[in-house]
Amino acid sequence: MPAHILEQNREQGTMNPVTMKDKKTFKLDGKAIEFEDGDTIMDAALRAGEYIPHLCHNPEFTPHGSCRVCIVNVDCKQVSACTQPAIENSEVDNSSDEIMANRRALLQMLFVEGNHICPGCEKSGACQLQAVAYYCNMLSSHFTHFFPQRSVDASHPDTAIDFNRCILCELCVRASRDVDHKNIFAIDGRGINSHLVINSSSGKLGDSAFTASDKAAHVCPVGAILPKHKGYEKPIGERLYDKQPVSIVGDVAAYEQDEDC
Amino acid sequence: MSTDLETASNPENLERIVIEPVTRVEGHGKVTLLQDKNKHIRQARLHIVEFRGFEKFIQGRPYWELPVLVQRLCGICPVSHHLVAAKATDMLVGARQLTPTAEKIRRLMHFGQTLQSHALHFFHLCSPDLLFGFDDEVRHRNIVGVIEDHPEIAKQGVLLRKYGQEVIRLTAGKRIHGTGAIPGGVNKSLSHEEVDYLMKDIDQIIAWSIDAVALIKRIFSEHYDYHMAFATIDSNMLSLVGSDGAFDIYHGDLRARDKNGNTIFDHADYTKYNEYIKEGVKNWSYMKFPFIDAIGAENGWYRVGPLARINNCDFIGTPLAEKERIEFMAAGNGKPVQSALAYHWARLIELLHCAESIKDLLQDADISGSELINKGEMQNTGIGVIEAPRGTLFHHYEIDKDGIVTRANLIVSTTNNNQAMNESIRQVASQYLDGNQLTEPLLNQIVVAIRAYDPCLSCATHAMGKMPLEICLVDEDDKLVDRLEKRATGSITRTI
Repeated sequence: MPAHILEQNREQGTMNPVTMKDKKTFKLDGKAIEFEDGDTIMDAALRAGEYIPHLCHNPEFTPHGSCRVCIVNVDCKQVSACTQPAIENSEVDNSSDEIMANRRALLQMLFVEGNHICPGCEKSGACQLQAVAYYCNMLSSHFTHFFPQRSVDASHPDTAIDFNRCILCELCVRASRDVDHKNIFAIDGRGINSHLVINSSSGKLGDSAFTASDKAAHVCPVGAILPKHKGYEKPIGERLYDKQPVSIVGDVAAYEQDEDC
Repeated sequence: MSTDLETASNPENLERIVIEPVTRVEGHGKVTLLQDKNKHIRQARLHIVEFRGFEKFIQGRPYWELPVLVQRLCGICPVSHHLVAAKATDMLVGARQLTPTAEKIRRLMHFGQTLQSHALHFFHLCSPDLLFGFDDEVRHRNIVGVIEDHPEIAKQGVLLRKYGQEVIRLTAGKRIHGTGAIPGGVNKSLSHEEVDYLMKDIDQIIAWSIDAVALIKRIFSEHYDYHMAFATIDSNMLSLVGSDGAFDIYHGDLRARDKNGNTIFDHADYTKYNEYIKEGVKNWSYMKFPFIDAIGAENGWYRVGPLARINNCDFIGTPLAEKERIEFMAAGNGKPVQSALAYHWARLIELLHCAESIKDLLQDADISGSELINKGEMQNTGIGVIEAPRGTLFHHYEIDKDGIVTRANLIVSTTNNNQAMNESIRQVASQYLDGNQLTEPLLNQIVVAIRAYDPCLSCATHAMGKMPLEICLVDEDDKLVDRLEKRATGSITRTI
């Protein structure tokens, strides 16, 4: 969700004492949040302009609940905010030390499972994983790095996939299936062996029906799916998250049409 | 061009003295000396004990990452690797000519870097030896001693470096490991506010640079003959020069001259560097030994860096530095100046040239232009060469049709000086250490010789995946009990 929408929501989200009586609410860190039937905690929070850290969630797609970074505590039970329906009068903890520590651990595991080398990555400064890690005050990887051996698929003329940076959020899977109707991406394997695969005879993106204008090319929250022959074109200091944190700026996908983000 | 002390014939009977780590240089290295019972030096070697693997692990990466990835080789002169990789990727994207803004921003970045690197090396690392003497007490012979005894000199060194770092920050985005240069150009120019900010102090920087040259000339003149003779070796010299023979650290052609100043090759196209330069390996060092192919491995080694650049160029394009170059060249009496310590003198002339050039560029309207990138038809070979603060730096990349790097070859500045540094420490060992009980002040003379080259040891290492290895088992009487040898092929044999 882009910054101006979050800001607008934040302003409109201020509770009106007259209408509040007719609306269902829950408390997010002590603050009353309105919701409608069918809303998840994430839906209601975003509409109210409140930020809950997330990676696999994109309001345009069916909630997935796989990255677990949006974990919140609802009445002493830890759930993912993007899949948990809002419950009237419930107390939702979005920022306690315990919740933030759990998010940091989840982010640390994401960092060590792949090869997320921020200093050399062209997505650095405009990467949602990096921005969320900063927001959650993740200062180191903590766990032993797996350093998996993964390759780059640059077979497509316009788009490259760096599997080193894939966090298995399935946003490209959902976009290709639900919007592009091409089913180009899927997750294969189980557990720690899960990995992104491409639906083509060779398994290469260049042999698939993928095009750079596909929705799937513009939803990746990390530096896994990238336009070719360009990078680092935005100077340091002017990148998406250089000036304000992800809680203000919002998701990278909302800026994807501006390819230089 | 002696290599007599490279390998002793019977090393097992000699006393081994190790200088480890070599201090006040970038990276980690060590020197080993083997001395016989009569205290004669029988072997002297500079070893590089670090390992890098950039040529290997950038294989499989997209080419447009190269300027940002490869600069991580170093934290002192990353701009050199950043710019030379950018030059190589310019070739890959078919950018035959950069826009004036891109070319000048890159040059400005490079001048800023060379200024800060030279200031760091002279003031922080080497001035203690030169101001206090090579045999000064260790506790005093360091930058803190300089701050205490010569606070004005120390301050100038710190602020000169700071200014260079600011130039880098404004052109590359960060003081260390920025992203300014991209394939085909740059990602930013300077705003008028940024130009004004740098202009504010540039006259002071030029004045301090003039003082720095005066300081090294005063130090040299105090013991002129000693400084001209210390660690001096006759060598070939290699550098880039402009198409008109001008001093140029960003772009040009290759020029090599022999120890007498005679031309070996001139205006050689650097994209054909491998027709002129070959790289040798020795089993005792991670660092390669490049040489000029036309002369051969034994005598074809050469020196690069400030000494080679000042000796090789026909003129310097800024007036104050040109005046100093003429005075410097007079010291050679018509031949190249070969003194290792003259590296410091040449380096500070370059510092002055950088300061003058930064002022010239800041007054050029092109550095605030908006035309930043040029691209043409993709190529699969990209070669860049630049004069890094420490010398000529080669980057060579091959990519496949998808834009993925398949091969890389980096010949780093310090690698070019490998044989020369070894020869210089052998000269010092023969002249000053031979026959003596070795003490710290004597051993420091070895390190002073190495420091003159301003080596960056971390950038310069290479290793094959299957390193040869020998393991010896000795009993309490030092008698050899067992020995295993692992060969480069990976096979292991017992050799006792």
